[in-house]
Amino acid sequence: MNPSPPPPRDPDLLEEALGLGRGGSPPWRLAFVEDCVETSGAFVLHHFLKRALSTEGDGTVVFLGLAQPFSHYDRVLRKMGCNLSVQRNKNKLHFIDLLNLEFLGERRLSNEKGENDIEIGFMDLYNRILRSIEAIRSKDYNGGWTTIIIDDLSHLEIAAHGSAKHVLDFLQYCRSLTSEMDCSLVILNHEDIHSSDEALQMLSHLDYISDILIKAETLSTGIAADVHGQMTVIIKDAPGGLIKKLHSFQFKVKENGVEFFYPGSRF
Amino acid sequence: MAESISRSLRDGCLEGEHAPALTIEDSLACPLGSHVFDHFLANLASQIADGTSQARGLVLVALNRSPSFYIDLLRRKGVDASLVDKWVRILDCYSDPLDWKDRIPPLMNVQKPSTRENVSFFRDVRDINKLLSSVLDLGKGFVGQGKTRFAVAVDQVSNLLRHTSLPSVAGLLNNLRSNDQISCIFWLIHSDLHEPRVSTALAYVSTVVASVQPIMQLTDEHRSRRDFLWLEKNSCKAKFYVRLKRRNGRVKLLAEELHMDQVGVKFAAVTSENSFVNKSLLPKVQFNLQLSDQERVDRAKVVLPYEHQGNGEAIQIYDGRRSLSDDQKDPHLVQPSTFSVMTDAQATSGNGEIHYIRDSDDEQPDSDEDPDDDLNI
Repeated sequence: MNPSPPPPRDPDLLEEALGLGRGGSPPWRLAFVEDCVETSGAFVLHHFLKRALSTEGDGTVVFLGLAQPFSHYDRVLRKMGCNLSVQRNKNKLHFIDLLNLEFLGERRLSNEKGENDIEIGFMDLYNRILRSIEAIRSKDYNGGWTTIIIDDLSHLEIAAHGSAKHVLDFLQYCRSLTSEMDCSLVILNHEDIHSSDEALQMLSHLDYISDILIKAETLSTGIAADVHGQMTVIIKDAPGGLIKKLHSFQFKVKENGVEFFYPGSRF
Repeated sequence: MAESISRSLRDGCLEGEHAPALTIEDSLACPLGSHVFDHFLANLASQIADGTSQARGLVLVALNRSPSFYIDLLRRKGVDASLVDKWVRILDCYSDPLDWKDRIPPLMNVQKPSTRENVSFFRDVRDINKLLSSVLDLGKGFVGQGKTRFAVAVDQVSNLLRHTSLPSVAGLLNNLRSNDQISCIFWLIHSDLHEPRVSTALAYVSTVVASVQPIMQLTDEHRSRRDFLWLEKNSCKAKFYVRLKRRNGRVKLLAEELHMDQVGVKFAAVTSENSFVNKSLLPKVQFNLQLSDQERVDRAKVVLPYEHQGNGEAIQIYDGRRSLSDDQKDPHLVQPSTFSVMTDAQATSGNGEIHYIRDSDDEQPDSDEDPDDDLNI
């Protein structure tokens, strides 16, 4: 007797929206995840992390952990079927623990170029990312795509004593890495922590430079038990340019993953 | 009009005058400025390659996108790659704007991207004087000293403004356009990243300001419904306003429409399609809010019940008041004292007046006072 075929799997709407096929490189360089206090966007990072390290592809990850320690992600991803400790031992994941990151203030100007300790701190951080990429690509590297994930940007602002300018300078260097080293950058930030002037500086700038904008929001119709929020994915044809596609769907965060579905398709 | 901007960049400047300077500004509501910049860049590069422009070369200051992006762009737009190498120089302020890369150990075992001959690195965007001299040196390098001129394009002034002050940037642009070897200059700015005074200050040092504005405004309703229809519409179509300063001081304001497709931007005269957009903003209801032409004609034919229905008398419409002529016919209806108040002059002046005569003391006063407060209880 033949075993019955497995039930058809729901299409992963987020994967479809992001244009991620099996393995290979994503068709974008910079994805910006924007969430709010009522709806955390951390599950999108888990999704990216799991996908990049999946056995189907040869992807590698450099993870800047500013909000949570490695053990947190290890537990979360283990439930999703991905063992981060093993991946780290296999040199596929470099977790840079930045929980206690704090740059000294601008109290002293360190050199004639007007650089201060914050800028030097960011330069060191950029150097650590480069060293991680170097380590990943040094042995047994088979040309897989590298994803740099930053969780989350607001902690970098805190470390920089609120200096958006320095954070943007750092992002400029990370962005140039994506074109020079064939990698992509995923950044999580919160939309509701900035004043209007700061938002001008930070959120608008990120919006201009991103290829993909992923917004995780509460349901516009109010709180629901079975739907945890709604997601909008805006795909641009070039940073700050023509919108190629716009996807909108709802999600439910489960222990072992996230379920995405169109509004009205779940009862 | 976009044509005339291209012509103006192509023709350059007259001897002893400032070079034409174009500001392209956009905002997040309609972020198509970079496509407009690419359009003028590709046009000018092909004119330089053809030898039809006054400029004999182009210096591109790349702050926002990598040099390889621009080389690909020009190739996609049909400019010969060998001519790009010959007539276009790119000052790369994108890859290492703050000179970090020279101060950290180089990467081992990682293939570095190859650099092209026509790309030069600039590693300190905070030093505006050095940036000015680098642009001029790069331009003089391929057009030589003499009367030959070259064009300058700055791909995003907003990045420059993050590192230096507005006066420094305005000074840089002004020095460039007043340099006698520069044929024309243009730049892009995201106006919503800065205070309004920044756009204004840069508009003063430019001869043409091209502003890309949204065709559909973001309303509170869109925000509350989290409706991204406006964003989709604005990303494929925009208003293109041009403010042109003539030599005699006259300022002309012109408008065009900008359409986006996969190839690039296209400009067209303003169409009445905007009315379609306005109509689409009306709330969607089950019934018609507008009358058709036939319905209008039918409505005009309806004879209202208070009109004389064609029996030869003049048509009078009762408006709820007695007319003055009726009052004169029947003077008992109006108090003589009141009637005498209205003089001929007032009557002919057409100013409306209200005459009020209190009938008796029994009438309730209008004020809030207690009518019984004089009772001695």
